Amino acid sequence: MAATSGNSGAASLEFRAVTKRYDPGTASPGAVNDLSFEVPAGAICVLVGPSGCGKTTSLKMVNRLIEPTGGEILLDGVNVQTENVTALRRRIGYVIQQVGLFPHLTVGWNVAVVPGLEGWSKPRQLARIEELLALVGLDPERYTDRYPSQLSGGERQRVGVARALAADPPLMLMDEPFAAVDPIVRSRLQDEFLRLQRVLAKTILFVTHDVDEAIKMGDLIAVMEEGGHLAQFGPPDEILAHPASDFVARFVGVDRGLKRLSLRTVGDVQVGPIGRSSGLPILPPETSLRDALAILLVADTRGGIAMDEAGQPRGLVTVDAIASALGDELPARAGA
Amino acid sequence: MNSEPLVRWDWIGAHLGPILDRVGQHLYLAVIAVSIGFAISFGLAALSIRRRRLYPFVTLLATAVYTIPSFAMFAALVVVSGLSIFTAEIPLVVYTFILFVPNIVAGFDAVPQDVLDAADGMGYTSAQRWWQVELPLSVPLVVAGLRLATVSTIGLVTVSAILGDRFGGLGYYILDGYHRHFPTEILVGGLLSIGLAVLADLGFVLLRRLLTPWAAARAAAR
Repeated sequence: MAATSGNSGAASLEFRAVTKRYDPGTASPGAVNDLSFEVPAGAICVLVGPSGCGKTTSLKMVNRLIEPTGGEILLDGVNVQTENVTALRRRIGYVIQQVGLFPHLTVGWNVAVVPGLEGWSKPRQLARIEELLALVGLDPERYTDRYPSQLSGGERQRVGVARALAADPPLMLMDEPFAAVDPIVRSRLQDEFLRLQRVLAKTILFVTHDVDEAIKMGDLIAVMEEGGHLAQFGPPDEILAHPASDFVARFVGVDRGLKRLSLRTVGDVQVGPIGRSSGLPILPPETSLRDALAILLVADTRGGIAMDEAGQPRGLVTVDAIASALGDELPARAGA
Repeated sequence: MNSEPLVRWDWIGAHLGPILDRVGQHLYLAVIAVSIGFAISFGLAALSIRRRRLYPFVTLLATAVYTIPSFAMFAALVVVSGLSIFTAEIPLVVYTFILFVPNIVAGFDAVPQDVLDAADGMGYTSAQRWWQVELPLSVPLVVAGLRLATVSTIGLVTVSAILGDRFGGLGYYILDGYHRHFPTEILVGGLLSIGLAVLADLGFVLLRRLLTPWAAARAAAR
């Protein structure tokens, strides 16, 4: 997990009244209307919304695969439109749903694409390949010389992430990066990516249509609705607790209370005295309250035993205690 | 006539030098035709890819040319360009168009869109994208076109023997053997010309394997 080569850090990202119109006068899918929000350096911001809401358009305007018709996008305070487009793209990591690995290049040379374009020396490229493959959990010895066709979907997506990280970009754009793999692999890739992000602390703009993924991945969530309007912007817990409109409430789902529970863990909850403990389920501190609730309902007991980090019993967790945890505001995760 | 055997080895033995010269001439005529045909076809294919509406017309033209019998085209061109190398090469070149253009266009069409999107997003310039991504990925189908055009051209070179003994390659022996009722010559011309075509085809198969190790890896993964 050691990122040995210099980390260029993260950049702040700001959308200022960004607009994209395709056909003047008509509402066309992918259009974006007066979009403004700010992502602090090192945070994951998720753009989420139904298809055609303009989330992918918004993402592609950052690396100028699509040019806005109005407004500006600032990367570390600099309007991206004033920069050389090729240079701009090379310092922004880009991960897409179908991965888009180059079938004619080995895994290693796929990873080293941007360093190669930037003219790094070969030894430096080789060192970077090894470092990045190890970082995304692929044994460099086994994977460097394989071709993309010899990889599973999950392995391909890891290579895609390694490739996007190759030149140590201060910003990553991720367009439904985990949508093409099965749910089990997706969940594992999400967990691994979040673990990676704790080390890398990149600024990430992440597009998904999946609310659960947005809640899991996002420090900040921008909910977009048809016509490219920003319906709500804020941390996941705030959006779940206080949806700004009927659209947001419907979009995040009637189970938004349960979703808020998934943002909290047993470690966060108030505990009571244990008393007689035989037959009560054991709840490790990292268990989400949503899972804890499910365990208690299935076990049909008055509560479960919350363990602490050291593996010692901390106290009794009840269904009531879990329910009251929703009254607490969560500490912000952004820019941690 | 009955005494004439199918193959007279002594004749072959006595003519090894001239036979080798004819093989050389055959290859010379074929290589020029395939090279020029490939260059022009690449231009036509590039045009067809950029301006899709032109593609049906390019194909129509190439097909129309291909329907002209080779014998007739050589004969007709004598009126225009005499008994020059142009008269021999022009038909050989234009016959390759219909074999090259659709394969080259299909080769570039076969490059997956997500790969192109990723290349753009990572900051390839359009020239870099063309040389480093599109061209290598089009190789399998482009080489398929080269195989077809080369085999076809090697066959057609023999017909240019009707323009006189400065042309035709091994076709010279086929024509001469026919006139002289001498089967040995016909066999030498025919079989060697088939042999050249087979060898050239194998050469391209080898070339494609060398250029596309990733395709072999894909086949093995299935």
